This record gives sequence, structure tokens and C-alpha cells, in this order.
Amino acid sequence: MTSSGASVSLAASPMRTSRWLSTYAVLVYLFLHLPLAILMIFSLNGSRFTVWEGFSLRWYAEAFGDQELLESTLNSLIVAVTATAIATAVGTLCAYALWKRASRWMAAGLALSLVTPEIVMGISLLAFFQWIFGHFDFRLGMHTVVLAHVMFSVVYVVTVVLARLRTMDPLLEEAAMDLGATDWQAFRRVTLPLLAPGIGAAALLAFTISFDDYVITSLVAGVDSQTLPMVLYAMARRGANPVVNAISTLIVALIGTLILAAERLRER
Amino acid sequence: MTRPRLSSGRLRAMFLTPAAALLAALFGIPMVILLAYTFLTRGAYGGVTAPWTFENWQRLADPLYAGILWKSFAVAAAATLFCAGIGFPLALFIARSERHRSLYLHLVILPFWTSFLVRTYAWMFLLRDTGLVNSVLLKLGLIAQPLPLLYNYGAVLLGLVYTYLPFMVLPVYATLERMDRSLLEAAADLGARPLQVLWRIVLPLSKPGLRAGSILVFIPCLGAYLIPDLLGGGKTILVGTLVQNQFTTARDWPFGSALSMALMGVVLLLMLPLARKDGAAGGDLL
Repeated sequence: MTSSGASVSLAASPMRTSRWLSTYAVLVYLFLHLPLAILMIFSLNGSRFTVWEGFSLRWYAEAFGDQELLESTLNSLIVAVTATAIATAVGTLCAYALWKRASRWMAAGLALSLVTPEIVMGISLLAFFQWIFGHFDFRLGMHTVVLAHVMFSVVYVVTVVLARLRTMDPLLEEAAMDLGATDWQAFRRVTLPLLAPGIGAAALLAFTISFDDYVITSLVAGVDSQTLPMVLYAMARRGANPVVNAISTLIVALIGTLILAAERLRER
Repeated sequence: MTRPRLSSGRLRAMFLTPAAALLAALFGIPMVILLAYTFLTRGAYGGVTAPWTFENWQRLADPLYAGILWKSFAVAAAATLFCAGIGFPLALFIARSERHRSLYLHLVILPFWTSFLVRTYAWMFLLRDTGLVNSVLLKLGLIAQPLPLLYNYGAVLLGLVYTYLPFMVLPVYATLERMDRSLLEAAADLGARPLQVLWRIVLPLSKPGLRAGSILVFIPCLGAYLIPDLLGGGKTILVGTLVQNQFTTARDWPFGSALSMALMGVVLLLMLPLARKDGAAGGDLL
């Protein structure tokens, strides 16, 4: 198949894909995507067991009839929307400030928050909230969940918005200021509109991260603030339950749509 | 000329303040509290109390806990090795592809953003006793009893590799993409065979990517909680689970804090080589 001449040309133009490598890549992509695909297909299975019995939407019907699921979904949406709004505002301002001039402390703090294991961040927040409760009348609930979510999603907003800012020409603001704009006006009227797609993408990503979080949420949530991932986790632990497949499919569909939208905004 | 620059500094400070306050209040102070707790004594009903002590740090050396720490290291190291072994050829494939490169990259990135919980659950669905793999094997008559695929370290390792593979592929791809291709041509001109080029030129030159990828995979694997919890069940105890236990069932906050701080210490040490290179490590992922 490969004469020595052909193998030299493969090395000489090493950017050509060999058949072995392509086959291998297909296998890895299957490993990355097949489990979710199978789960989604089986969410449409009529049987309670993992044997295909025909198409049915009964698990979706059951999911939509479950009061606990509906309430926790509502909680998740409230938390995600609130946390996203705050994180996007705070993160965008921070990214703009870092774009003007880098700050080692801020960059280090943000990077550290990104690599802190979720379980450690969760218990540190729990310890912090409990410590505050000792001094003020304040309990775990939706507000503590929102605060925690703002905390862990702000770094994603900063990163995405900063990446967008770095593609922009700083001379635009200077031009505006030469023409008499104040720095606030230059930000508000020149940079912010140009930044809008990046901010949109950042908000969508922050929303998906918030909507999906289980570990930190489960530690700082109160009795009245069960989120969808918490209920899903409990159901998954309890044993095989096709309703979990249906909810999982819906979550993946929602998050997938948001991520694709974010990608389109980022590429604009 | 100087006036706008000056006021621009004030605006910058104003814009930086909310994030700095947030980071200080919800990340800095909680970490300091946790650090302080490591030197306190456990309270009767959770929480902490006097006196100050070093006992929690000493307990880390207890064979029971040292064993768990060691096992967590081993599992994270194994996951990193698997990610490197599986991820390097895939990164090579993407770097060599001419058309559809962006699609191939997206196919690696998308799972990372997709629900972490659901992706882990998907493996429970496949691997549990009544799961798809066992159902199919039973039906085909290849096995008589369901195989114990879930709730062991193998399942945990599988889940970690599945989840963190993108963290390896992306930085390796980035170095491969930047590689000077004339070097490869020169090697071929001098008589190197394709595999020799790969082994002697491409692999050594992609070391920075492999190093960054290894750190980015090892860190989350070491502190992983959800994957060992769901795929390992009660049979596997890694440090993440141990930390969680101390704060919930065991109600030993000081010891849980000491475990957390030890974990943070390791993470910081591992981050240093990346931090020196560029401020925001993990930027490759975003």
C-alpha cells in the first residue's frame, strides 16, 4: 500500500491524514458522543427496562407531571437568570478594566477560582455562610445559591468578554475621546455596543454553568431551594428510572441550544 | 492628552471594584476561614471550637487517610495518562485535517460545555447491572450474570477520562498547530520515516501542550467529587468524597478543612508552571 516513495511524501506533507488516524478519530468521537446519544434515544423507549420496546413519550409525560421536578426547574431558572445577570454585569466591567490595564492580582484570583475543586469551593462557601449566620439572622436558601453561582461563573464571563475585547481596536476609544467624549461615553457608546455579541455569549455560557451545577449548589442550598440537578442527582442515585433519561435529554437539548447560540455569537 | 488617561484610570478602578469585592468576599474570605478551621477543634454538633491545634494536619498522615490521598493521586495520574494517550493522536488528527477542522474542534469542545451531571449519568445508564451494556450482553447470551461494571475504580477512571479528555486535546492541538512544518520536511528529507518523524520530532515538540494538558486534566481529576460519587458509589473513597463526608455525615469540619487545604496546596503547586507562562491558565479552554 505504501511504497517508500509514498511514505516519504506523507512525512514531507505531514498535514495529510492517514486512514488509520481517521479511523481512530472516529472511534474517539464515538466515545465522546455515543453515551449521550444512546441516553437520548432510550428516553423515547416505551419500556421501563433497557430493552427497546417501541417509541413512546410516556417518560416525558411523567416528567412534566412531577411537581418536585417542576418546582426545582423553576428554582434552577430563577437562580440561573439572577446569577447570570449579576455575573455578566460584574464580569464585563472587570474584563473591560483588565483590558485597559492588566492586573496580576485579579488574574491570579480568577485563575485560582477556576482551578479550585468544586467540592472545596462549595464547603468554603458553606463555612463562610455558616460563619455569617453566627453574626446575623441569615439562612441558607435561594440567595446563598445565587451568590455561590455568581462567584463561580464570573471567571467564565471575564474570560469570554476579555477575548472579545482583545480583538478590538483600542484606537476607536481614543478617537472618540479626541472628538470630545468622556471615558464613560467612550465605553458606553463605542466599546459596549461592539462588545454586545461577546457579552451575549458570556451570559449564555454563565447560564448553562449555573443551570447545571450540582456539587456547590447541594452544599449551599436550603430546604426551599432545591434545584433541578439536585433532584436529578437524587433520582439517579435511587436506581434505574427512565424519567431521568427524559429530563436529561431535555437538559442537553436546552444547554446544547444555548451553547451553539453562544458559539455563533462568539464567531460574529 | 493626560486628562483622559487619568480619568480613564478612575473608571478602570470603578469597574474593577465589584469583581474584586466579589472575589474577596466569596472566595478569599471563605478560603481564609477554611484555613483557620484547620487549626481548630471539632464542635460537638459540627462547626468548630477552641482550642487551637495542629492535630488535623497530623491526621493527614494517618495510614487510613494517607491511603485515600495516595489512591486519589493514582487515579488522577492514571486518568491523565489515558487522556494523553487517547488525546494526542486525536489532536494530531485535528491538526492534520485540512477541511472541517473547526467542526472537529467543536466536536471536542461541545461535550465539555454540555451538562456535566447528565454526561456522568449517561455512563450509569450504560454500566449499571440493568444498564444497556449488561442488557445487550445478557440478551446475546454472552453472559449469564450481569457484569459488575459500575461502582468500582474502573468506572471512575472511565468517567474521568470521558469528561476531561477535551482538556488534553485542546492544548496539545494548539502546540501541534503552531509547529514549524519545515522541520518535519527537513527530517523527511534527511531520511526519517513517518513514524520516526512522529516519535523524534513531533512528540518532543508537543511537550508544552502535553504538559499543560496534563496539569489541566490532573487538577480536576484529583479534586473530583461528582464522578467518583456517582460512578464509584460507596465502594470508592477518594479525597473529594472524604472532604464532603467530613462536612456532612462525619461532622468534622476542622479535618475536612485540613483535607481541603492540602488539596489546594497541591493544586497551587501544579498551577505554578502554568501561571508563569500566562496569567489565566485554562484560557486555552475558553
